[in-house]
Amino acid sequence: MIELDRVSVTYGVGHTALRAVQDVSLRIASGEALGLVGESGSGKSTVLRAVAGLIPHAEGRIAIDGRVLPNRRPRESRKIIQMVFQDPYGSLHPNQTVDQTLSAPIAIHRLGDAERRIMAALTEVGLGREHRYRYPHQLSGGQRQRVAIARALILEPRALLLDEPTSALDVSVQAEILNLLTRLRRDHGLTMLMVSHDLAVIAHICDRIGVMRGGRLLEMTTAAAMAEGRVSDPYSQQLLRANQTLDPAAIADVTA
Amino acid sequence: MTAPPLLEVRNLRVVYPGDDGDFRAVRNVSFSLGRERLGIVGESGSGKSTTGRAIMGLIPRPGRVEADAMRLGDADLTRLNERGFRRLRGKRIAMVMQDPKFSLDPVMTVGKQVAETHRYHFRSSWKAARTAALEMLEAVHIRDPERVYAQYPHQISGGMGQRVMIAMMLIAGPEILIADEPTSALDVSVQQQVLAIMDEMVRSRGMGLILISHNLRLVSSFCDRVLVMYAGQIVESCRANRLHAATHPYTRGLLTALPELGNRRAELPQLRRDPEWLADLPAQVGTAP
Amino acid sequence: MSATNLRIGAPTGWRGWLLDSAPASRNQARLGRWYRAWLGLRRNGLAMTGLVIVLALVFVALFAPLFANHAAAYTQTLTDRLQPMSWAHPFGTDELGRDIYARVVFGSRTTLTIVALVSLIVVPVGLAMGLPAGYFGGWIDAVLMRLTDIFLAFPRLVLALAFAAALGPGIENAVIAISLTAWPPYARLARAETLTWRHAEFIEAAELQGASHLRILFTQIVPLSMPSVIIRLTLDMAGIILTAAGLGFLGLGAQPPSPEWGAMVSSGRQYLLDQWWVATIPGLAIFVVSLGFNLLGDGLRDLSDSRG
Repeated sequence: MIELDRVSVTYGVGHTALRAVQDVSLRIASGEALGLVGESGSGKSTVLRAVAGLIPHAEGRIAIDGRVLPNRRPRESRKIIQMVFQDPYGSLHPNQTVDQTLSAPIAIHRLGDAERRIMAALTEVGLGREHRYRYPHQLSGGQRQRVAIARALILEPRALLLDEPTSALDVSVQAEILNLLTRLRRDHGLTMLMVSHDLAVIAHICDRIGVMRGGRLLEMTTAAAMAEGRVSDPYSQQLLRANQTLDPAAIADVTA
Repeated sequence: MTAPPLLEVRNLRVVYPGDDGDFRAVRNVSFSLGRERLGIVGESGSGKSTTGRAIMGLIPRPGRVEADAMRLGDADLTRLNERGFRRLRGKRIAMVMQDPKFSLDPVMTVGKQVAETHRYHFRSSWKAARTAALEMLEAVHIRDPERVYAQYPHQISGGMGQRVMIAMMLIAGPEILIADEPTSALDVSVQQQVLAIMDEMVRSRGMGLILISHNLRLVSSFCDRVLVMYAGQIVESCRANRLHAATHPYTRGLLTALPELGNRRAELPQLRRDPEWLADLPAQVGTAP
Repeated sequence: MSATNLRIGAPTGWRGWLLDSAPASRNQARLGRWYRAWLGLRRNGLAMTGLVIVLALVFVALFAPLFANHAAAYTQTLTDRLQPMSWAHPFGTDELGRDIYARVVFGSRTTLTIVALVSLIVVPVGLAMGLPAGYFGGWIDAVLMRLTDIFLAFPRLVLALAFAAALGPGIENAVIAISLTAWPPYARLARAETLTWRHAEFIEAAELQGASHLRILFTQIVPLSMPSVIIRLTLDMAGIILTAAGLGFLGLGAQPPSPEWGAMVSSGRQYLLDQWWVATIPGLAIFVVSLGFNLLGDGLRDLSDSRG
């Protein structure tokens, strides 16, 4: 469903150039959920944004549903793949009600039947009529993220890109959103590419997990193997340890 | 508890007036802090940060802070005005915030900022302040303090920034450190280092630490005692290593809602918020059980 | 979360309806938003003073015949020239025996016309130059901004004078002259606002949904840029009124016998020592209205700062 072949992203030119992503190749089958885990600066979010078509100068080949897509995406391709952002406070327009946010994609793609579609999307993500005319500041973080998911779903995409969708949320709300994502995936057969720094969250949603560091994909493994500690790369092992326990003897002298 | 507590708070209340009525952000909060590591956990809006800020005298107008008693050693915090708090902050009670990027002055070298704090509280010479700052930077395990001293905040990493913040906060030798989500903006591997340094500093100086966090795992493995807050109140207080055996349904709900590596559940149990949890609890003193 | 126990004294009735956090329709949501802004403004005494002055100007201009006699503002009665204040002429009369009170009242129409026309020209022009510059960047930005710089490089009043002189005196030409000199800061402002929002996640989200650049500019960025543009416009109004008065004073604005405050000050200046009211009263009118716009603008800015 999603295929990346040697995708690279470079920011800047000359010797100040920063290779944010270097030769990342991966394939995600239809209906599969794949996770990318790594710390900040590992390039995981950049990969996601390149797949979404938000990085005009990305190099390499990105194919979705068997079709190689140019970096300037045709409008039709938006109906296949949609994205949910990390920050539920930044991904909704502050001056627009939920209703306006959800009507926009319907108007853009001339889908019609707005009333039914909006209510269906709201119901799908567990929101009701009472949330429809609220502004983002009148919603909790979890409700905002539900609106963001509803916006992604309203075009009935087949694949969903998830950029740390729960890292800004409280634990109890995270559980609700994770359950929602699991259910959506099951009910709609959605293909998912998810990015997070939290191994437990990734392993909860995804079957296969890729470990990223410094713009490279170090290792591709499965959630089951991760849980049993069967990872080969030393960095993956370190990441695994850091996620499992709190190590009181972790003090390390650092240089700038 | 034989030694008198460093900090005692009885029936703390914080109220924000608004167009749609007064909002009680914190209510009936009582606890005392000795030379220990006290964790305050709760979700956003639970009042945990507001509690920390109220102790520091950092509640902005028109918010109101009231308490039956709030004492830091011999100082009565309920009677202090802004000037009184300013003299206390840093010297006797200090706070480390979430993101060093916002807490450090971007146009001053980090070393100078640490030295400045020393000068402010001890009226010391620049030279003495510099020496003290370098010692402090070394104490937080920065290998090349001279070099870091001369760097600007944007030149250092988040973990390094948080070390500098700790150095800056502890240089005047406060009795209490309040750390509000000190590691939430950091990567997991760096988180551990920062926590370990904070722990070492607090222990070696016999200070009291209040760690405010949303992260139950972190608080339970790092602190001695935990207060769980919900809707502005302390709903449960227990020893940190007994947190897994917590009894309040809210705490239990939070614990089970966490996804676990190696224990994949088809569905995570969702927290059901009982309206009864909102009821005013009798003001209780959250001392060690 | 049911927060009933956490809130004390929540409003009911129509205020409760306006402040309802779960509006049931588009209109209720919008009205509630305006009502909250109004509550914020009401707390600011100076801004309310400004608002009252500006509303008074609009009201007086719209219903001028209710406040003064139209004939008294225009009819020359040379036997009554330069009369001091009296019951018949509350602000006295001018050198042609016209009632100054009536002329000030009808002069508010001229002022309001200039204010309205300048706003209608300056804001769209500024947005049209600034939005694409900030949004697209690159050579579009370079071209549009250099053009703006050229207009900014001239001293404003001198440029306005030159235009007014070239186009010939008259109120329409004064408006055009002022607008031509007033738009560049708006282009800069619109560009800066666009740059702050350009890479916000909700803009990217709109892009991902297939929204065209035009749609993003109009539905996403313009609504966010408008508050600061309106605030800027309100604060600039005083300057625009003063420039208009300046042009009138120099004979390049509204032409006699139509009452214009700047021209009134100009014609009154030769009697300043003996018949002070002739120049002072229209001067005061200019002062009060400028002050009103400034106070209102400051209040609006405080309001938007506290919300941001």
